[in-house]
Amino acid sequence: MDPRTTVINERLSRIGRIIAVSSGKGGVGKSLVATTLALTLSRTNCKVGLFDLDFTSPSTHLIMGVKSVQPKEDKGIVPPVVKNLAYMSLVHFSGDQAAPLRGADVSNALIELLAVTQWGKLDFLVIDMPPGIGDAVLDLVRLVKRIEFLIVTTPSLLAFETVKKQVRLLQDLKVPMIGVVENMKRDRAKSIEQGTEKLGVKFLAGIPFDPEVEDAIGDVTRLLDTTLAQRIRELAASKIT
Amino acid sequence: MHEWALAEAVITAAQQIAEKEKLREVREVTIKIGELQQIEEDILRFALSQLKPASFKNAEFHIAKAKTTLKCRVCGNTWLFSKNKLDENTAEAIHFVPEVAHAYIKCQKCGSPDFEIAEGRGIWLENIKGVR
Repeated sequence: MDPRTTVINERLSRIGRIIAVSSGKGGVGKSLVATTLALTLSRTNCKVGLFDLDFTSPSTHLIMGVKSVQPKEDKGIVPPVVKNLAYMSLVHFSGDQAAPLRGADVSNALIELLAVTQWGKLDFLVIDMPPGIGDAVLDLVRLVKRIEFLIVTTPSLLAFETVKKQVRLLQDLKVPMIGVVENMKRDRAKSIEQGTEKLGVKFLAGIPFDPEVEDAIGDVTRLLDTTLAQRIRELAASKIT
Repeated sequence: MHEWALAEAVITAAQQIAEKEKLREVREVTIKIGELQQIEEDILRFALSQLKPASFKNAEFHIAKAKTTLKCRVCGNTWLFSKNKLDENTAEAIHFVPEVAHAYIKCQKCGSPDFEIAEGRGIWLENIKGVR
């Protein structure tokens, strides 16, 4: 028997809410939404953790401009505090090397980190998920009892079609969803908002395409000054905190 | 002290099995540890001795070590993992998350990082024995 799975919910027991920021499709801005949400929540007197579960293409460290931080060992692994967030990512261990992991390896690494990371007491743990509805999503749903999903899409039908599948999957699995965020909106079209409501899920926010975001990567102060951050602050204040 | 968290997992899992099997007292716990994770046996034993509940007071912990076999998915080559070939930082990274081996180790024959950890990854609870 793999003993590690038996301690996962105990490890997460002192965390108020566990929010997985996810999308059926890649390239929709999940990592930016997850990181900005975590940073925003941490600036409201909340203790917040950020867990980058995109093992093969992690990017939250780049968004925050994190360089060479290391977790400490104390009856497990204690995440380093970065920009006021308890921050865990596979890059702490793999550095700049590519980590080509297949499904079983993703599951094993996920179980390992969930079993040994000592998050302590947090109000929120925000998880940046890899794209798709593969092993990481299924494992989190299986292993983390109190998980809630926040889904990110773009106005593109290609993104929204995969999001629909993800929503149906999570509904079938009876997993709570906070709602859907439409990122990189270029006009006032309501098709995604209406499509989301048809699925029986809350439409949380439409975030306009913000060219300043790319220039703010690596600079948290600039990032929190973008329209993206402003919309996420409104979303956090009205729908999450 | 990463071993402490793994010891907690072993005790919790063993307790769950004991409860399911209706064991009043646990007498033996057999654990297998794969070489890849480089678990320090002394630390693991100490943590187990500190964490064990009353129903485990007479329990013996048997720890078996398993060699790590890696198998290349590209050319089929199999080879044994050796910590001695790694620098200290790499060995430590693999100790924390064994899958990180894919970032640092390549097939000795064809150079591919696409290999399977066929045997000897990390910790495994093999068996428990006790009395009803």
